[in-house]
Formats: sequence, C-alpha cells, structure tokens
Amino acid sequence: MPKRRNIELLVGTFVALGLVALFFLAMQVSNFNLKSSNNGYVLQARFTNIGSLKVRAPVAIAGVRIGRVESIRFDAATYEAVVALRIDATVNTLPDDTFANIFTSGLLGEQYIGLEPGGSPDVLRDGDTITNTQSALLLEQMIGQFLFKKAGESG
Amino acid sequence: MRDAVARLGRGVLEALERLGRGHVLLLSILLGLGEVLRRPRLLAEQLFNIGVLSLLIIGISGLFVGMVLGLQGYYVLSQFGAAESLGVMVAASLVRELGPVVTALLVAGRAGSALTAEIGLMKATEQLAGLEMMAVDPVRRILVPRFVGGVLAMPLLAAIFSAVGVLGGYFVGVGLLGVDEGAYWSQMQAKIDFDEDLINGVIKSLAFGVVVTWIALFQGYDAVPTAEGVSRSTTRAVVHAALVVLGLDFVLTALMFGDG
Repeated sequence: MPKRRNIELLVGTFVALGLVALFFLAMQVSNFNLKSSNNGYVLQARFTNIGSLKVRAPVAIAGVRIGRVESIRFDAATYEAVVALRIDATVNTLPDDTFANIFTSGLLGEQYIGLEPGGSPDVLRDGDTITNTQSALLLEQMIGQFLFKKAGESG
Repeated sequence: MRDAVARLGRGVLEALERLGRGHVLLLSILLGLGEVLRRPRLLAEQLFNIGVLSLLIIGISGLFVGMVLGLQGYYVLSQFGAAESLGVMVAASLVRELGPVVTALLVAGRAGSALTAEIGLMKATEQLAGLEMMAVDPVRRILVPRFVGGVLAMPLLAAIFSAVGVLGGYFVGVGLLGVDEGAYWSQMQAKIDFDEDLINGVIKSLAFGVVVTWIALFQGYDAVPTAEGVSRSTTRAVVHAALVVLGLDFVLTALMFGDG
C-alpha cells in the first residue's frame, strides 16, 4: 500500500483522467459543441411530403450546416407536414422568399433540408414560416414517372 | 420424491432469503451514505483500490477493443462503400455499449472479486464482529466507502475505456487502413448525440457501478466464514455480477435506444 500522500495524488490523477476522457468524448466525439438547442431561432416549413426526414436532421445552406430539424408534426387540416427548423442565431439574414428543399446526402444517405436564399429585402424572424418548399423526391415516384413516360413514348 | 420437492423448495426459499438480505444490506448502505462526507479519506482509499488499480487493464482493453472495432468495422463498411462511417461505428459501439459493459465486466473481475475476498476474510477472521464490539458500524465504516468508490469509479473508467477505444479505432482506421481523417471525426461528431449517446452511456455505467459493487459487497458480507465459503462467494460475486450486468444492459438499452 503506497503512502497516504501518494494515494491522494494517484486518486486525483485518476479522477482528472476520467474527467478528461469525458470531456474528450463530449467535445471530440459527440455533437456537444455543435449543439444549439437553446439558442438560435425557429422557422416553420410546410411540406406535402417529407420522405424519411428525421428529427435532428441537418439544415444547410450551400452545404454548410446552420441548424437542425427540431420537430416534425402532421397538420390534419391541410394534410401537410409541419417541420420546425432551429437555425443558429448568427444566421439572421435569411430573406423571406428562401426556398426549402429536402435533399438526400449521397445516394443512400440520410435526408436533410437545404435552404436556398432568395432576393427579397425582408428577413425571416423567429416563428416565421417558409412558404416556398419542395418535397422530398421519392425514389418509387421517380421510377413510376419514368416508366409511365417510357410507356407513353413507345405506345 | 418428497425429498426432491423439499430440496427444490429449500433452494427457492434460500435464494429468496439471500435476495432479501441483499436488499436489506443495500438499504442500510444507502442510509449510511453520509459517512463518506465525514470520512473522505476512506473514500479516497477505495477510489485508489477500485479506480487507480484498474486503470491499466481498462486502458489496454479499451485500446485493443477499439483497434479490433476499427479492423472489423472497416471490413464490413468498405463492402458498402461506407468506410467513412467507421468513426461513427467505433464511437457508437463504444460509447453506447462496449464502454459501460466491458468496463463493468472487467471491474467485476478485477476489483469486485477483491472486495468480496477482503470483506469475506474480514468476516471469517471476525474483524467485522470486532468492529461491532467497539460500537463501530461495519456497514458504515467498511461497506459504504467501498460502495461509493465503486459507483464513482465506474463511469470514469468507462469514459477512459471509450476515449482510448476511439483513439485505437483512429490509429487502425486512419493510420493503417487509410480512412480519411476528417471524415472519421466529422461523421462521428455529426452522428453521436451528447444526450442520447453520451449521457445514456454514463447513466448505464453508473447503474452497472451500483450493481457490481453491491453484489461484490453483499457476497463478501454474506459469505460463509470459512476458507471455502469465501472462495465460493468470490466466484459467485464475479459470476452474478457478470450475468446481472449483461441482463441489465439489455433492459437499459431497450429503454434508452429501443425506439430507434
């Protein structure tokens, strides 16, 4: 058994090491430093079909992540999906004719929302709704349309 | 025939009694938790025994588990052209499952068995009875610091295991197999959630810390005070702790990640 002083030293090192490991996991491994859960502002967007978009999916402009999907709910009156987007507070100059598209990263990757800023001088503020939206492209629909077109050409 | 039925009944009753004694012991440990605030030195000693002395085995196991995950994950993922997701796979498996579970199993074998043997021997040599003679409560003086030490050490050890494992996966994936370094870290950061993955992993290892130290302490405290009894209790402590950890892990995983 080492001396009392050494025990305290070693225990201190151990606890510090454990906390450093936790800190490393939080900062380097998890999305802790990307998290913007309590700051930033919320925009709504209505889509006729969101495909397989999930909560926490990224929201990006020009491929740069500027926020995430906070919640998805169904509006029974209009049969639309209402998606709440949490946008970083630093991105506060989105024009109110911004376009929201649902894209897929890669062929089989996850879906995300891509924003394309328009040219309007008015800016979107907390709680505003993005009116220009384009739904997710569904592979089945595209194949169906393609086959339909082919059939029309040949017949 | 009647004997066989009676034996079965006695076995069940004894198991139930042991379960009951175990919970009574846990309750009196929990009631005595304030003791560690009055004598923090006892806690430091136990953090040394359980935490510091387990560092080497935890670090080395974590490194090798991470490196194996890197190799195996790359083998499967590269077939789908998704080798960039290697970081996600390594980190998710470590933080969610392997970190807490393997650490708990290693601590049960490395420190839990030592706790059982120590306390069983104290009982066999009547040191616990001696303490009681001097009006010192052995639960508060002996068991509580060990319990708190085990519960506190477990999440720290699990975090070290996971962190070293992620680095091991990095060495193999990026250094050996040529996965893109940026993709390894950025995909990991994008997919591993702080609350969902990390905090749940810490909660898991806290729960494992409670059951592993509780089982080890109880088996020692409840040991038949002979050489053979202590050796049986030590075996039982490791076996029971391992089984309970694996079973509890399934339940916790189902509760935490069951809904996708």
